[in-house]
Amino acid sequence: MLAESLALTAALFIIGVVGVLIHRNAIIIFMCVELMLTAVNLTFVAFSRFYGTAGQVFVVFVMTVSAAEAAVGLAIIIAIFRHRQTINLKDINLLKG
Amino acid sequence: MIEPHYPLFYVFHFYLFGAIALASAIAFVTRKSPVAAALWLVNTMFSLAALYVMLDAQFIGVMQVLVYAGAIMVVFLFVVMLLNLGHPSELADARGLGWKLAAGLIGLGLLSEIGIILHAKLPEQLIVARDFHEQQLQKLNAVGTIAAPLFKDYLLAFELTSVLLLVAIAGAVILGRGRAVGAR
Repeated sequence: MLAESLALTAALFIIGVVGVLIHRNAIIIFMCVELMLTAVNLTFVAFSRFYGTAGQVFVVFVMTVSAAEAAVGLAIIIAIFRHRQTINLKDINLLKG
Repeated sequence: MIEPHYPLFYVFHFYLFGAIALASAIAFVTRKSPVAAALWLVNTMFSLAALYVMLDAQFIGVMQVLVYAGAIMVVFLFVVMLLNLGHPSELADARGLGWKLAAGLIGLGLLSEIGIILHAKLPEQLIVARDFHEQQLQKLNAVGTIAAPLFKDYLLAFELTSVLLLVAIAGAVILGRGRAVGAR
């Protein structure tokens, strides 16, 4: 089931990438990033089946990082919304120059 | 590869949950409303949890449901609730056709790269015995399988994770407060 898992990982990761590229709603883009992180976790688990439990330990770390990232990122989104009354990335282009 | 022979029951359910995950992910990425997208993402996370359990990672499967499908998605829905965004159709205009084509091309490029990786040779000498996970499960049970290496081999990384979480908590509180600390 290794090849199937890796193929599913690839498909989910690419769906996440495409979602980040086509959406303009900051919250949905964030969810796409979460989907990409989860897809990578599936790779770790699939390989941990053959190479011991170290992969599963790394999944725990990835989950921690993604939880921290969600907390900080959503706080940033709330701060931006309070400032600009929008989370549409079309209107948030101050750093674009 | 040294893949053992899987019973048909196992293979069928593996493909079933994989197909559910894939279909939910596609439904997720095509939604315009953040709430609908979040619920489809929860569906994806659940079927991935099922796949983790089938891949001998029981504890990770439970963590997936608790952390991703539970905690993180609830935070997302809370933020959607806090921000009074109005009707989804006016806020979530996806990018134009050019961007969608570019995204599709990038997706195809990544897919072909990963197709090459699928044919890579894996180091055979590192592969553990076939009944390794069953033995670990009997010796240490599902939680101990993760906890033993986490608290022995990866103790430093584990402790540093607590610093990361502390920074995240402090950052979220300070950013969410609005004004800078001490401004009032």
